[in-house]
Amino acid sequence: MREVAVLGVGMTKFGELWDRSFREIGIEAGLQALVDAKLSSADLGALYLGNMASGSLIDQEHIAPLILDYAGLGSRHLPGVRVEAGGASGALAFHQGYQAVASGLVDFVAVGGAEKLTDVPDVTGNQITSAAADHEWEVVFGATLPALWALIAQRHMHQYGTTREQLARVPVQAHAMGSKNPNAHYRNRITLDQVLAAGPVAEPLGVFDCAPLSDGAAAVVLGPLEVARKYTDRPVRVAACQVACDTMAVQHRKDVTVLDSTVVAARRAFEQARRAPRDIDVAEIHDAYSISALVSLEDLGFSEKGHGGPDFAAGRFAPDGELPVNMSGGLKAQGRPFGAVGVAQIVEIVRQLRGESNERQVKDAHRGLAQDVGGTGATSVVTILEEAS
Amino acid sequence: MSIARFWRETPRRYNLGGSRCTTCGTVYFPPRLVCPTCTHHRQSIGKMVPFQLSGDGEVFSFTIVHDPAEGFEMQVPYVVALVRTVEGPILTGQVVDIGPEEARIGLKVRATFRKLREEGKAGVIHYGYKFAPVDELPERPPAGRLAEAPAETARGEDRAPA
Amino acid sequence: MEAGIVSYGAYVPRYRITPAEIGRVWGSDGESMGQGLNVERKSVPAPDEDTITISTEALRMALVRGAIDPQQIGAVYVGSESHPYAVKPTATVVAQAVGATPNLTAADFEFACKAGTAAIQTCLGLVGAGMVRYGVAIGTDTSQGAPSDALEYSASAGGAAFVIGRDHVIARVERTLSYTTDTPDFWRREGQRYPSHSGRFTGEPAYFRHETECARRIMEASGTEPKDYAHVVFHQPNGKFPQRVGKQLGFSDAQMRYGLVTPYIGNTYSAAALLGLANVLDHAGPGERVLVVGYGSGAGSDAFDLTTTDELARFDRSFGRPVQYHLDHGTELSYAVYAKFRGKIQMGGS
Repeated sequence: MREVAVLGVGMTKFGELWDRSFREIGIEAGLQALVDAKLSSADLGALYLGNMASGSLIDQEHIAPLILDYAGLGSRHLPGVRVEAGGASGALAFHQGYQAVASGLVDFVAVGGAEKLTDVPDVTGNQITSAAADHEWEVVFGATLPALWALIAQRHMHQYGTTREQLARVPVQAHAMGSKNPNAHYRNRITLDQVLAAGPVAEPLGVFDCAPLSDGAAAVVLGPLEVARKYTDRPVRVAACQVACDTMAVQHRKDVTVLDSTVVAARRAFEQARRAPRDIDVAEIHDAYSISALVSLEDLGFSEKGHGGPDFAAGRFAPDGELPVNMSGGLKAQGRPFGAVGVAQIVEIVRQLRGESNERQVKDAHRGLAQDVGGTGATSVVTILEEAS
Repeated sequence: MSIARFWRETPRRYNLGGSRCTTCGTVYFPPRLVCPTCTHHRQSIGKMVPFQLSGDGEVFSFTIVHDPAEGFEMQVPYVVALVRTVEGPILTGQVVDIGPEEARIGLKVRATFRKLREEGKAGVIHYGYKFAPVDELPERPPAGRLAEAPAETARGEDRAPA
Repeated sequence: MEAGIVSYGAYVPRYRITPAEIGRVWGSDGESMGQGLNVERKSVPAPDEDTITISTEALRMALVRGAIDPQQIGAVYVGSESHPYAVKPTATVVAQAVGATPNLTAADFEFACKAGTAAIQTCLGLVGAGMVRYGVAIGTDTSQGAPSDALEYSASAGGAAFVIGRDHVIARVERTLSYTTDTPDFWRREGQRYPSHSGRFTGEPAYFRHETECARRIMEASGTEPKDYAHVVFHQPNGKFPQRVGKQLGFSDAQMRYGLVTPYIGNTYSAAALLGLANVLDHAGPGERVLVVGYGSGAGSDAFDLTTTDELARFDRSFGRPVQYHLDHGTELSYAVYAKFRGKIQMGGS
């Protein structure tokens, strides 16, 4: 298997992009990545496009050829593949692109992630995205995505003594970072009191414990590490990329406070990279809900099980902590365009490793991790990136 | 939701019909064709048999939903729980007939039959299980006559051929 | 008659509203209205309840209490004037939900407030003829009065299920008798949301004549007098009418004590007399004679002359809530929430 490098990255602003269409944002992110990689579109061998629900959201399926066509590549007849894994669609697309290059079958691939969530009313957007959970045995009974994560939160609080205040620290940090990210959906800082006083969504989770529905797209270009320096001065090596699945419904988990898919994907990824959690300098994790951030930190091995809350509150994952997490602002503040999220996490880590993150730059970031979760944890993708020596 | 998609699940949604693996004995809801517990999945193929849940259980976790799923707007705020049944499987379901402030982990509940959603004013109505708290048994009627009656608790057995 | 009641179950939704609260909204003295009707509170179904869910709860309770195999049920009849569907039976959903399908007959009955007692008579016929082992008769309603109409102060929700069979009968049916005429006292036309009524005409020529005539005729046929009965149950559109009928016929308050439930839960229409009977059976001992006289507008009365048996002493009443629980408990609603629950608020959107 050959080594794979990220050669270029790009992303649109995330947020309510009223005047921009799905195809426009998809192409913008892709072209940015190609330009960043100093790669001609003629060099591309395939497109992998992560997207969760274009058919329900914009009445458009079959979107990989659509994006290729409007990117001006229609006459080149590239293979275009749409990849879907709920909120982990983008990360899974990255995984597919990574495998294609690593296998030697394709040299250069574009990996995109795009979602247009504001073309439907919020209520509809919530209903459509809840399909990432088990519709027949969870959603039908009145459980929304935040409700299902709230069930995990309530149990986590019961078993480990995690507190409402500890949960509330997550969005406070996210917004602080979002304020420094020009691409972020939310650029306002919020206080702990604001989080605690905000209206409830699914108790114990309130409005600020839940990431927004955003529009946005992100893209990366992958190629063989051995030729990477032809296309970029700062190639980033994909040290590991692993996917793991778990039961579809929360009710069937061995322990509802544990994302086994994350535990296993992380274990495989650390094995593949021959690294350990302590070797990671910067991470982007699934903070779609404040509780999902805490359990992710635990299940990735950055906190002991049950210690996510106190560790986060103690500042271990702050910009100046031992492992800065979600310097992009995360899903909470940078935004949550479902299918684009996993690719945007890669974009953030690559920029951190290249030292391009300006105000948000983590010092001495040589190795980063991205974790993307679909639904309530039925799919997790864990990727480890390193500066190429 | 398509009518057929809901209709074919009525044995589960109305009556809590699950399945049990005859190899390892684990009970599942909803029913499964293959046992996830058996180390070698092939062992369980063809050996999963129907198993009826009683509907009794207790709240394992819960949330009070304020931002409702479509069709639940009239019930806000409502309680959704993970209910651990006495037979083992955990089910996701609404807990009705309690104020949200009464919800707690460990609350004893029993399955009840309610409307789950309606396909608009003119469409079909979907029914299924929710859960309601089981109260402490109310005081028996004071009439002493009942106490004098012979205690034949197994009375029903001869009348309920399986 | 060999056939009789072998089990029963009752269900009343959790929510309540008082006449005073209803009157507060419409600018009338609801409290004195309630006193006039002898209705303290009425039950209100939750937004996810209807006569199908109420019937299912009542019948499930009956089947557990009687330890009855649902597959032995040969008929399910649900009497109501508030079936959720105009076309598509309530009874099929109920039968499926209790596991009685597919080897049975099922149908919905409608005869204003006496559809449930008519269903009992039908089951007595089927069981008596040996056509089915168990027949199920349910009386249930979630009826509504038009906003501010006098009916709004009493129209409530509930249901009772009776399993009719021949083995282990807890209440023998000595006789049943009906009295039926064409009397337009109360009706609801196809497509109309709320029923209409003919005001004071609903009293003397309708309710009172049918109740008293039917009661006299069944006692005459059975050779009984009021004093022979330990309990009497009348249809109870409010708490006052049945008391007056009882007095006219010569029954005492003590005889009516358990059979009168409307003052505490309101008028449950098709379930009214049957919840009264369920409450009597909750309290009765063996060998007690019970007279039940239901009434349905349009109009007719069905009377039942019952005697509880020794089986009643062995009957396990511990599963589920007794009727008394529903009379004593409940969560009171404001009119605003009541209006929301009952779909009286016009919502936006499609």
